[in-house]
Amino acid sequence: MAPLLFFYFGGVIVGTATLVVTLRNPIYSAISLLVTFFHVAGIFVLLNAEFIAAVQILVYAGAILVLYLFVVMLLNLKREERYHRQYLVGAFLGVVILTELALIFFRTTFRAGIGPFTPAHLQSVGNTEAVGMALFTTYLLPFEVASLILLVAMVGAIILAKRVVPR
Amino acid sequence: MEAIGQLVVILGTIGVVMVTVLLHVAYLTYLERKVLGWMQDRMGPMEVGYHGLLQPLADGLKLFMKEDIIPSGANKIIFSLAPILSLIPALIGFAVVPWGDGQLTIPLPWIGDVTFRPFVTDLNIGILYVLALSSVGAYGVLLGGWASNSKYSLLGGLRSAAQVISYELALGMSLVGVLLMAGSLSLVKIAQAQAGGFWHWYAFALPFPQIVALVLYGIAAVAETNRLPFDLPEAESELVAGFFTEYSGMRFAFFFLAEYANMILVSCIATIVFLGGWHAPFPFLDFVPGIIWFLLKVYVFLFGFFWIRATLPRLRYDQLMTFGWKVMIPLVLANIVITSIAQYFWMN
Repeated sequence: MAPLLFFYFGGVIVGTATLVVTLRNPIYSAISLLVTFFHVAGIFVLLNAEFIAAVQILVYAGAILVLYLFVVMLLNLKREERYHRQYLVGAFLGVVILTELALIFFRTTFRAGIGPFTPAHLQSVGNTEAVGMALFTTYLLPFEVASLILLVAMVGAIILAKRVVPR
Repeated sequence: MEAIGQLVVILGTIGVVMVTVLLHVAYLTYLERKVLGWMQDRMGPMEVGYHGLLQPLADGLKLFMKEDIIPSGANKIIFSLAPILSLIPALIGFAVVPWGDGQLTIPLPWIGDVTFRPFVTDLNIGILYVLALSSVGAYGVLLGGWASNSKYSLLGGLRSAAQVISYELALGMSLVGVLLMAGSLSLVKIAQAQAGGFWHWYAFALPFPQIVALVLYGIAAVAETNRLPFDLPEAESELVAGFFTEYSGMRFAFFFLAEYANMILVSCIATIVFLGGWHAPFPFLDFVPGIIWFLLKVYVFLFGFFWIRATLPRLRYDQLMTFGWKVMIPLVLANIVITSIAQYFWMN
């Protein structure tokens, strides 16, 4: 059952992700991306990572994509043709990314050893607790760095958006 | 045989929950009109059936028979999709809501004993699941407003998206205090931890009673369900009817059902998280079945929704945003800090 579901989720992710970049109407792209996010969450559930699955929906589908849609609707771009004159740059970047992916593909060992977070271990401590422990002990520094980057982005957004009040 | 039994249990529970929720939604509209009527010193619906008791049926039938109009400039696919996108998250949220304790074993012929429990599923991330679904519910409103090709609808949809995103933060974070005290995200576990009298309910429990969080949750929930005084997305004096201006018939009914189902859902969550779920307020009242206590508490919240609607005028849009970001969010953050400090010293 699990491999079957994996191929279903994987297939839909690849299909809808392709639609996101090929559809002309940005609203349709956003809806395809929504479907992609839900299926990514499905893969997380298959991996016994329910917490990350819920956060995936909550943050990406519930907050970030809504804001994308919001902006797209405000600008009301029905057909954005400008982006389709960048074949040269696109082809160059595509080749670079493809090379990187090929390099990764040929250097990966496809059956890694079993790590500490086995399904049995997750069952005993709890999924959310395991994520919390890893995040706030082993990966504390990257966590703080990420929050600092977000803080910088927030300050930047406030400075850009703030109007100077005339005295 | 085992698998068939489990399937029977799952489908049976889902069926019971769906029918119950939809019946409550139908009669909630009736109750709202009655309560508003009494508060405004009039009778409310009286014509259909005894004291208007059949009014929801008549309304449903009317909406079902109405012509389904799609505006000529509308995007047909998204216009049809939006009401469904709005209703589904509101209904599947009930999958994690427990309404009682214990279990019921029924011996069935050919299949064997099947055990029913008072919830569809006990997810270990129950609260996050509900919050994720409530945030996804914004898509229906946003897309419906955009696809209608009408300026009132578009403005209503955009307002709603901005409002839901802003108040979702306060809604989610007002629950964090209880999560710190309960140590679990499962709604069943949170409710079970509050047994034995109202002084164990998280709204009143030591080390730090979450009564402030309960009030903040209530305000955020009113805003999240787009109800007065926060019903800016459908403010009729400026936006006709907001995002569903162009909708008619069953598609309109879907938006309507979604709003009321969301009201029941947020009331259920408040009951479970802050007010002890199905537990009686005093141990000597334990003989009353849990479902009665649960419904009683849920209806107290729903009555609060009506009461607020009948009392308060609508906010201005900038007031709404200022209140959300400059009052609600600092207060819920302060509640989290104080609760975690109190909990830290309580545990040591």
